[in-house]
Amino acid sequence: MSILKTFKPGGVNPAENKLSANRPIEILNPPGQAFIPINQNLGAPAIPLVQKGDEVKVGQLIARGEAFISSNVHSSVSGKVLKIDNVVDPSGYKRPTIVINVEGDEWVPGIDRSSEIKKLVTLSQKEIIEKIKEMGIVGLGGAAFPSHVKLMVPDGKKAEFLLINGVECEPFLTSDHRLMLEKGEEILIGTSILMKGLGVDKAIIGIENNKPDAIDHLSGLAENYDGIKVQPLKVKYPQGGEKQLIKAIINREVPSGKLPIEVEAVVHNVGTAYAVYEAIQKNKPLIERVVTVTGRYLSKPSNFLARIGTPISDLFEKASGLPENTGKIIGGGPMMGKALISTETPVVKGTSGILLFSEEEASRVPVKNCIRCGRCIKVCPMGLEPVLLAQLSEREMYTQAELENVMDCIECGSCHYTCPSGRPLLDYIRLGKSKVGQIIRNRGKK
Amino acid sequence: MNMLIVSGSPHIHGDTSVKKIMYGVVYAMIPAMLVSVYFFGLGALRVLAISILACLLFEWVIQKYLIKGPLTINDGSALVTGVLLAFNVPSNLPIWILIIGAFVSIGIGKMSFGGLGKNPFNPALVGRVFLLISFPVQMTSWPVPKLLFGCQALTDAITGPTPLGILKGGLKMGKTVQELMTEMPSYVQELLGNQGGSLGEVSAIALIIGAIYMFVRKIITWEVPVAYFGSVVVFTGILWLIDPMLYVNPAFHLVTGGLMLGVFYMATDMVSTPLSSKGMLIFGLGCGILTVVIRVWGAYPEGVSFAILIMNAFAPLINMGFKPKRFGEKVIEA
Repeated sequence: MSILKTFKPGGVNPAENKLSANRPIEILNPPGQAFIPINQNLGAPAIPLVQKGDEVKVGQLIARGEAFISSNVHSSVSGKVLKIDNVVDPSGYKRPTIVINVEGDEWVPGIDRSSEIKKLVTLSQKEIIEKIKEMGIVGLGGAAFPSHVKLMVPDGKKAEFLLINGVECEPFLTSDHRLMLEKGEEILIGTSILMKGLGVDKAIIGIENNKPDAIDHLSGLAENYDGIKVQPLKVKYPQGGEKQLIKAIINREVPSGKLPIEVEAVVHNVGTAYAVYEAIQKNKPLIERVVTVTGRYLSKPSNFLARIGTPISDLFEKASGLPENTGKIIGGGPMMGKALISTETPVVKGTSGILLFSEEEASRVPVKNCIRCGRCIKVCPMGLEPVLLAQLSEREMYTQAELENVMDCIECGSCHYTCPSGRPLLDYIRLGKSKVGQIIRNRGKK
Repeated sequence: MNMLIVSGSPHIHGDTSVKKIMYGVVYAMIPAMLVSVYFFGLGALRVLAISILACLLFEWVIQKYLIKGPLTINDGSALVTGVLLAFNVPSNLPIWILIIGAFVSIGIGKMSFGGLGKNPFNPALVGRVFLLISFPVQMTSWPVPKLLFGCQALTDAITGPTPLGILKGGLKMGKTVQELMTEMPSYVQELLGNQGGSLGEVSAIALIIGAIYMFVRKIITWEVPVAYFGSVVVFTGILWLIDPMLYVNPAFHLVTGGLMLGVFYMATDMVSTPLSSKGMLIFGLGCGILTVVIRVWGAYPEGVSFAILIMNAFAPLINMGFKPKRFGEKVIEA
């Protein structure tokens, strides 16, 4: 095994709690009713193509991403459209959602549902990008950025490396880990498709050292793929952050305010690589994903392959029921995930996990005076001063906050996690970011 | 089911807390406390007890009746100040002076600024320097340590100067460093703590043991100690090489006076020191230089307290001037 790499500065090591790491991916049946939001990606919402009463099949395009940064949405179930209504999605807001009453499980023709592995890639670079767009693929690590956009290298820039993110640095989550163990070959084919789409001949898959089985498995398989290698990484949160992963693997720093392409790198998640394989080789749109359902009080923490639009309550039921003492439901991991406001929230493309906390686990530690220990500064992976940014935001000194690079914050939460006084640093910084973002946008208008 | 709790991420918290940090410092000071009781007997025990109780009491009274805020005496910080103040005074200090010191430390040094975290200066040092200036005689009559544990008489203990005092006084009278060294305890004795001085400063070994504990627990970081010791060694080393008759060697500076105590337990105080790594290095450097300047050319034999307090005052400026390196900061190409 080669030397373990990692990023700097900063980072923390929260308890891993990968409770569901040994549980194979279980296929979840389609729900009775599917709630498919038209905006599951970062960027503009898709435009619905169906109306109340329309019959739809699995894999049918039901909303089209028209804007440059937008993504197609396909039906994950077959049945009849009940309504297009505002439903609470993982963002916590009510947003337009296509609600489908499920009848049977009828797929549109042409989707290869067999488990046969297809290695030969016949599409050209341009066709690959087009197909990825058509199939509604977005980043499955959580941010849900439309994947085809990342493959379109802007004029005057070039890409050298494709980095595949198999880090899964969030505690509790195991969906990427299971996928790497169970769908390794597919991920590597997906990776070579992404390489072709991006026009690079080097790809590196970064995996943290707490998943030695995945490192071994993919390293072995990668020997048969030109240009793909696996890089084991030292366990450190937030290594799965795009900028941190690039720093860790190829030791380049994405400049402040810029995209990874500035350092000739593009990052995709292992889940995305798998989805790309299915889209290109199997003609299958992004209609399902692996979701970890976990929590200390859940008797059966699990990894499910769930249809997009499945209410999360279906997932709890399959995982032996929602524990009595549940106080908080988190969409995603405990460091960056969002607290959900309803047990009926649907699974969306960006849902990597559902984490259940008891009321006790959900309560925050009491807030004390800042003792100026500087731990938040030491752990900040962006080299910022969270204590200062939080103070500036609290006092509404936004101009100053902008000068102190508040917009560079990746909201990893390491500062709040590590603060001995339990200060909600990230809450304040988030507020500051949104205000500064507004100021910057207004400035652009003038 | 009850209502779901909704709050921003992160949803988990690390296992550090103010209390754990403060008690960690207290545990780290236990070896030095034991050594002080060994060498100075009941006097040391009395000073420790009074100082701790007085600090806790003043914090409680001020918090309850003046600030009217939640009780803070169990967060451990007043306890740390109590022990540190005791460490900074001679074991035969009259009780009433010690109580004044505790009042100045907690009342003026800490609570008047708003309590823990708000104080610009190290509270124990504020108290110590106040006492040193107000009661110079009582604060500089050092009981001579006893080699064996015994009940030392509290009133008529034999007093004598500290090694740094011997040095300063002797040099003034025109003696050379070599002549003065014969009047002092050996380095080994000084390392163990068998020298005149305040409670907590005498045993370098005990202080180092505690410091290692704090490093392991990540209560203190390397920057301030390295910069502080480094600058003292380099500065005194240069002077010593220039004229060993006039200037004592760096090793002597390291094991005598309050340097170990100051470096590990007071210059590393989080509240009153800079935040970033670079800032801490600058802070340590400034402390080292000021300490040597005061020890060699100043009116007092010892300069650690003054050096740290002066640098505390610069901490906000240092914070402004020495920022951590931003990730992806644009490199200006020459």
